Amino acid sequence: MSLQLKMTGVRKTYSTGVVEVEALRGIDLEVEQGNYVAVMGPSGSGKSTLMHIIGCLDIPTAGTYELDGIDVSSMTEKSLAEVRNRKVGFVFQQFNLLPSLSALRNVELPLIYAGVNAAERKERANVALERVGLADRVQHRPGELSGGQQQRVSVARALVTDPTLLLADEPTGALDSRSTKDILALFDELNDSGRTIVMITHEHDVAAHARRVVHIYDGLLTDSAPVAVAQ
Amino acid sequence: MEWAETVRTAVSALNARRMRSLLTMLGILIGIAAVMLTVGLGQGAQQQITSQINSLGSNMIIVTPSSSTSSGGFRGGGGTVSTLTTADAAMLADPAIAPDVAAVAPTSSVSGSLQSSSSTWTSTVVGTVPDWQSVRARTMGSGRFFTTDEVNASANVAVIGSETATELFDIGSPVGRTVSINGQSFTVIGVLASAGSSLGSNEDDTVVVPMTTFAARLSTSSSATSVSSIYLEGKDADSLSAAYQQVKTALLSSHQVTSDTADFTVSTQASLVETATSITGILTLLLGGIAGISLLVGGIGVMNIMLVSVSERVREIGLRKALGATPGVIRRQFLVEAGILGILGGLVGVGLGFGGAAILTPIIGITVSISAPATLIALVVSLGIGIVAGVYPASRAAKLAPIDALRSE
Repeated sequence: MSLQLKMTGVRKTYSTGVVEVEALRGIDLEVEQGNYVAVMGPSGSGKSTLMHIIGCLDIPTAGTYELDGIDVSSMTEKSLAEVRNRKVGFVFQQFNLLPSLSALRNVELPLIYAGVNAAERKERANVALERVGLADRVQHRPGELSGGQQQRVSVARALVTDPTLLLADEPTGALDSRSTKDILALFDELNDSGRTIVMITHEHDVAAHARRVVHIYDGLLTDSAPVAVAQ
Repeated sequence: MEWAETVRTAVSALNARRMRSLLTMLGILIGIAAVMLTVGLGQGAQQQITSQINSLGSNMIIVTPSSSTSSGGFRGGGGTVSTLTTADAAMLADPAIAPDVAAVAPTSSVSGSLQSSSSTWTSTVVGTVPDWQSVRARTMGSGRFFTTDEVNASANVAVIGSETATELFDIGSPVGRTVSINGQSFTVIGVLASAGSSLGSNEDDTVVVPMTTFAARLSTSSSATSVSSIYLEGKDADSLSAAYQQVKTALLSSHQVTSDTADFTVSTQASLVETATSITGILTLLLGGIAGISLLVGGIGVMNIMLVSVSERVREIGLRKALGATPGVIRRQFLVEAGILGILGGLVGVGLGFGGAAILTPIIGITVSISAPATLIALVVSLGIGIVAGVYPASRAAKLAPIDALRSE
């Protein structure tokens, strides 16, 4: 199986005025296509920084990172934006939907930046919303939807460009247990149909849905052994 | 990202903060309206003055006594003696001396109290010659102008303006009736057709009498031969400057002065128009400049609001970037928003300018003329101001790092 992402010796240092903070201190990580990886770690462990680099929102200070075979470690802001647009679908803890736009328009956003024409955008956004079970809510604004429904809109938005990697940052952190179950079931389904998923979480029962769990602690991956999952 | 989508996003962002967008536009709107009104007023005043000067006559040259006298000289009060005389006028009428001059009309004037059988009135009484009618391009409403014979005979005849006629003789034709001017009795032989008012003087309220009669009976000047100004008519527009030179040269040599010590001023209609144009031009520039400052303030308002908008929408910008918006796309987004604020302000401002012009014109009696090019320039300028004001906020937005933007709560 080909590699979805490959990190070698990735380091990330932040300079907060006087103090230099080393958030990542040499990460080596390989994720095969079609895998479902949960990244766990306490706050301050560097898991957000790792997620930013995996999602091409930031570039490493040192080391190399290949996403889908492309080295993105020293790309310009413009090229990174294009990679994010084509290769990564984001699902955020706080959904990050634009409140003034309908669900459909929110899902269309990545396609707008990809330069897809209006008719095709609408078609694909409708398909994605149907895929997450919201075909009857396309014209609703985020404020008119429940938390679980909003997160499903954001999953639709992540899927609409047909990215190779679905990157979820605490996707169930703001959801009640019922919606959590819904979303996780949706993820399982997506993974079963071959989608690579990397999910950041600090909840063990959420991580249990993944095929593989890695732990990050003080900027280092301390354990990357696959864990047997009892569903 | 397509332009249509960029504009749609910008419009919906502006619409989401409608009150703020309206208030921001107000700055541009007031600035554009103010500039359009002041410039329109200046142009209207200019056109009006020009047409008034042109209505004085055609191809006209005016010689007036000048206050510049020989060094150390001074002008006495009261019965000031003009430096121009009937002899000057007679000389300029000589085709051998000024071949391009078609007609010469020396004039003097005095304020006269008029009395008819039914009413009294005060008006300007002008003493001149028959050529005055041609030089000043006046036509007769009724009756006739006086003749050279009547001038030579110092006849007690008067031609009156249409308004003077109405004031003195409310019923029936004034022609043939008698009017007393400063106690002297005159027979009205004609009424001038209306010519409106020009440069602050009412051309329809006047009494014209033969120059000789004026000198003998009405003049307050101590010299019987002095005149207050000489109006000349050039043969045609092409030879006007030649005529101007001939008049000037002849007077300089007969008065034995140089251009620097000249005791008279020769102006043409063109030079009057030029002077008036330069004065109204300066005024227009001054007022337009002040109005322009308000436009500048409006532009700063747009920049200010765009900066606020960028800081408020940090999270939205971060999300858009995460979803694939490049810095260029974000920059364009904010530039378009600022540009729309500018052009909308400009459009409403232009509308307000036209409305203001329509309201002001009858109130101040000067046509506020807003031209199509001025309107187009106003719109382009307002769009430009919006975009320029958007450059800095837009580049701030473009430079936001997606992770910092997403992190901000």
